[in-house]
Amino acid sequence: MNFEELVQEAKKEYYSIFQGELPAILIGSATCGISAGANEITKVIEDEITRENIEARIIPVGCIGSCYAEPIIGIFKGKKEGVLYGPVNKNLAKKIIKENIMEDKTVKENILGTIHVNEAGTGGSFFESDFMRLQSRQILRRCGLINPEDINHYLATGGYTGLLKALEMGADEIINTIKKSGLRGRGGAGFPTWLKWNLCRQSNSQEKYIICNADEGDPGAFMNRSLLEGDPHSVLEGILIGAHTIKAKKAYIYCRAEYPAALKKLKKAMKDLEKIGLLNTEIVIKKGAGAFVCGEETALMASIEGRRGMPRTRPPFPTTKGLWGKPTVINNVETFAAISLIFQEGVEQFSSMGTESSKGTKTFSLVGDIKRTGLIEVPLGTTLKEVIFDIGGGIKNGENLKAVQIGGPSGGCLPASMIDTEIDYDSLTSAGAIMGSGGLVVLSDNSCMVEIARYFLEFTQRESCGKCVPCRLGTQQMLLILNDIVQGNGNPEDIETLHEVAETVKAASLCGLGQTAPNPVLTTLKYFMEEYVEHIMDKRCPAAYCRELMHYFIDKERCTGCMACLKACPNNAIVGVENEPHFIDQVKCLKCGSCMDVCREGAILKVPGPG
Amino acid sequence: MQRLRKILESYQGKREDIIPVLQDIQKEYGYLPENALKELSKYTGVSEGQIYGIATFYAQFRFKPKGGKHVIVCTGTACHVKGSDQIIDTIQRHLKIKEGDTTPDHEYSLEAVGCIGCCSLAPCIMINEKVISKIKPRQIKRLLPQKS
Repeated sequence: MNFEELVQEAKKEYYSIFQGELPAILIGSATCGISAGANEITKVIEDEITRENIEARIIPVGCIGSCYAEPIIGIFKGKKEGVLYGPVNKNLAKKIIKENIMEDKTVKENILGTIHVNEAGTGGSFFESDFMRLQSRQILRRCGLINPEDINHYLATGGYTGLLKALEMGADEIINTIKKSGLRGRGGAGFPTWLKWNLCRQSNSQEKYIICNADEGDPGAFMNRSLLEGDPHSVLEGILIGAHTIKAKKAYIYCRAEYPAALKKLKKAMKDLEKIGLLNTEIVIKKGAGAFVCGEETALMASIEGRRGMPRTRPPFPTTKGLWGKPTVINNVETFAAISLIFQEGVEQFSSMGTESSKGTKTFSLVGDIKRTGLIEVPLGTTLKEVIFDIGGGIKNGENLKAVQIGGPSGGCLPASMIDTEIDYDSLTSAGAIMGSGGLVVLSDNSCMVEIARYFLEFTQRESCGKCVPCRLGTQQMLLILNDIVQGNGNPEDIETLHEVAETVKAASLCGLGQTAPNPVLTTLKYFMEEYVEHIMDKRCPAAYCRELMHYFIDKERCTGCMACLKACPNNAIVGVENEPHFIDQVKCLKCGSCMDVCREGAILKVPGPG
Repeated sequence: MQRLRKILESYQGKREDIIPVLQDIQKEYGYLPENALKELSKYTGVSEGQIYGIATFYAQFRFKPKGGKHVIVCTGTACHVKGSDQIIDTIQRHLKIKEGDTTPDHEYSLEAVGCIGCCSLAPCIMINEKVISKIKPRQIKRLLPQKS
């Protein structure tokens, strides 16, 4: 079969899911879906259709983005629009099978919206919902709507047409196309992709390499995992276009070992690609071994070579001296997916979105104290306010927004007053944060900003490879000071020392890890100085988060004396008799929060200041 | 030893094979036994010191056997904000071991990791690769039952 025929077959098969005679059940089975119980739901549905003797297709799909509503299932029956439900528990799943599939009635519970999928594209009320309205799903357009382990689903939706177009172009034309698109690297630093490829292409070497960086180590970020689990072929296609352009001998995908599902899907995708004869460059998957610094390009290459993952000085840049000393292009997962998008859908569509200097869309993992958490994709230039309040639905439990942490351990905390900031490479950098790979953690009043800075410092200090002095010693000194402050042992001069050390580490470290490690400290010092002062001078944590600087307290008015907390306390620190308000013995209290966890009356409060 | 032979023989013994071999050894034995590293050194011609240098650099590798149930607590940003500290405390108190250790009966081992990528369902723990999301301290006793 030639490619055209393959695509025709694939289309027939794929679109029949959404228009066919057989009912189809799509189940979100990415890691997020499974951790919310998708496997149990799949089991229930399988049992139910066997018991009722129904013929139906069950299709595991990736994450559609609404992680807050997992597990999610979509029901497509006949020519009607499909209905997306979530969260679905076992009872609801049974009800949906009975009513929606057998009796053709829509169940009126937990509906996320309707969806239709046909050759012209996708639509339906789901895409008009508050969560989806401002999003523009380009990179993630297939996630949640195709079976990532079925190459036909990818082929049916325009897959690998980008590669075929690129194969017919010369390297110059490819690079010009990318230049026109305005694509900048999605790994965080935002280096123009065309320039990187061009530098590597122009270097005189018979041996060149291309690497896909899938070592997504930022705590609080999972965009690359979702993309690899939901649409692995889109990443492979981008890698193959790159390999063709720079004439790479071999391609590597360096993926975290903590992502077993993504690794499995990549391997399956490569096998299928080989079967249809499009795998024209050898691709090797390398599993990471749990070192954050390996996300740094030179450290990543050292790790592939089988050495300790320690960065080296640049220049020479990888485009001249990379893996095994040969010219190498290294790009992030999302950058490669953006390349496939540009070649499949055309440059104009891509560059019509975004701002003057930051084109296209960007995916973010939206997490923290927010109503709707999930994986989102917005055009660059969208404001933080739109992301937090329109897409995310605002702060949970009626609390107030305090800050948004953007860019992980290398990024910074922006205060609520700055939420009109547009999300693009340059605006975020000038605000003191960075775009990073796309972690957005929303923090409410309950978060302590000093503790957040300490948390990230603890992370970078642990992950510092120890090669250069400013990073090795600087992160440690900053961490010691911050530990003192949150434990109530801070001194007034600590703030100045922190500033000084932070600026030194930023200026003098060898690689990106060290240069950006002080960002969380510097931004919190800049925007939340009063919290530092309160911790140091008044010895109280205003957010009642830091254990040494807060205490638990039972509100006598609300306590009904039910004894639940008394039984839950692991250290017998709660005293009282039945039906009378209880008390906490502050000396014995471990501050574990077990009591607050079990109290149904909301009578247990966290109060700033030690008890 | 035969299991180790099999692993070594599936590689060519090049330097770039060291990390994948270490991963395979750990998968097979649950940790990196001293003898296995000696053999790996002989097989690749890379000194034992350098192999330990590599193995200790990467957080994934452990030098103590895992428990029958390996409990991983995610300490990523989202989980941290939602109280993963208290989860670790509760587990440590419940199992009477510290993070990184194994219970004397080899039933449980406890590890804290950077981020397992389930941030939207924080806080999470993993018990033998099964993710349990939105966990609360009071669930620990039931999730990790003890024999006696």
